[in-house]
Amino acid sequence: MSKGLALHWRLIPQRYNLVGTECLKCGRKFFPTRQLCPECRRAGDIKEVKFSGEGEIYSYTIIHTPPEGFDFMKPYALGIIKLVEGPLVTAQLVDCKPEDLEIGKRVELVFRKIIADGSSGIIRYGYKFKLKD
Amino acid sequence: MSRKVAIIGIGMTKFGELWNKRYRDLITEAGADAIKDAGIEGEDIQGLYIGSMSPGLFAGQEHIGALVADYSGLSGIPATRIEAACASGGLALREAYLTIKSGAMDIVVAGGVEKMTDVTTSSATIALMGAGDQEWEAFKGVTFPSLYALMARRHMAEYGTTIEQISQVAVKSHHNASLNPHAQFPFKVTSEQVMNSAIIADPLRLLHCSPITDGAAAVVLASEEKAKRLVDDPIWIIGSSSATDTIALHDRKSLSRMDSTIIASKKAYKETKIKPEDIDFAEVHDCFSIAEILAIEGLSFCKLGDGGKITENGETEIDGRIPINPSGGLKGKGHPVGATGIAQAVEATLQLRGKAGKRQIKDSENALIHNVGGSGATTVIHILKRG
Repeated sequence: MSKGLALHWRLIPQRYNLVGTECLKCGRKFFPTRQLCPECRRAGDIKEVKFSGEGEIYSYTIIHTPPEGFDFMKPYALGIIKLVEGPLVTAQLVDCKPEDLEIGKRVELVFRKIIADGSSGIIRYGYKFKLKD
Repeated sequence: MSRKVAIIGIGMTKFGELWNKRYRDLITEAGADAIKDAGIEGEDIQGLYIGSMSPGLFAGQEHIGALVADYSGLSGIPATRIEAACASGGLALREAYLTIKSGAMDIVVAGGVEKMTDVTTSSATIALMGAGDQEWEAFKGVTFPSLYALMARRHMAEYGTTIEQISQVAVKSHHNASLNPHAQFPFKVTSEQVMNSAIIADPLRLLHCSPITDGAAAVVLASEEKAKRLVDDPIWIIGSSSATDTIALHDRKSLSRMDSTIIASKKAYKETKIKPEDIDFAEVHDCFSIAEILAIEGLSFCKLGDGGKITENGETEIDGRIPINPSGGLKGKGHPVGATGIAQAVEATLQLRGKAGKRQIKDSENALIHNVGGSGATTVIHILKRG
């Protein structure tokens, strides 16, 4: 099913620049953005915050059976990254060998192409992570 | 809310790649079997709840309530589709239960159905990923096996769980499935076969993953008064609970336990005054082998972190301390996602009636069934008791 451009366009700040939110009342930070703090709910005070893109590997896997559209890059590494500011994000791990990956290793954000909608469709970009050391 | 609710009829199709059967054929067949088993007539049925995860993507069909009522010859009665990813069936059962419990109706059918093999594997993978977070997981190339692989990796790191222990879950499921004529894979596998099967999402391999399956299941529920009048062996639903967690795995408090299961099971144990050690067997949601380990820990059949060990020790086998998935589970029996929660109720009822054939668990009185949606964002639990 073909989809509209706005679906991707409205997420550009988050996907290109790792812009999330924080609740000024309780200090919790969120990525992706949330309109409501799950702790303070309507009493919370939500503001945008840009994350540094620094973090460490919390868990990882190597995907050998990808979904449609990701076939050309298989196998690829996927991780859950714990950002230094606290939130966890899911992202591909690139420029590394599977045997180099380990829980706790430091990583940093890189800006990459994620997937293209066919040969003439939208090219979607976003963050991936690479090993820092 | 004091009325008791019983399962008085059960039905299910063979699970597998059923190329000659349509979506509507599957659920009609399971429903007709359940109604026949209950010894009632179509006119007795006051309402339908159908669990189905993604018929729109798998079969291009929505508006499932009306479709199922129509092809069951029941047009006119209210019929509602319930969706909570792979927990759709369990939640349909819960809605049917609550409808009778509330006094709104006396006889209700809860069904579950999925027709998954009409699309390619990669399209099915995309449909199933709808159970996760489209914007922040699927967009990154995440698959469902990879989410459970991320959990497995944490469980192994935090508790020292081994791939051999995780593989033993699949070995046991296949052994049980070999005793179940409805199972998609009624054959045994060895630990070596599991650990040498194709890698799907490291450390999980093909034989750690439940399959893509067509199938349907249905149960007839009745109020105490009707149940006692209609059948000799009602199986009582004495507890029903459900809990949610964050949609994305990365927002969970922990990846090495399933909090929705812990919350729902505590509620169910409290409501029924039944303790984990009073449960004689359980059908749990082993969509991936690591999921069974998370399930049995979350249900307090062992301490957090000990799920691999008790599996390795044989405690979860049919003749073990706490038999898990005598049906073969999602791994061996098959996993037509919307049907799974209802198929668990079918197995538990068969066992409690003492009619489970070669896989019969001796002298069981209390059973627990556990159905999970997505990577754990929904858990639905029911506790069943023999008359």
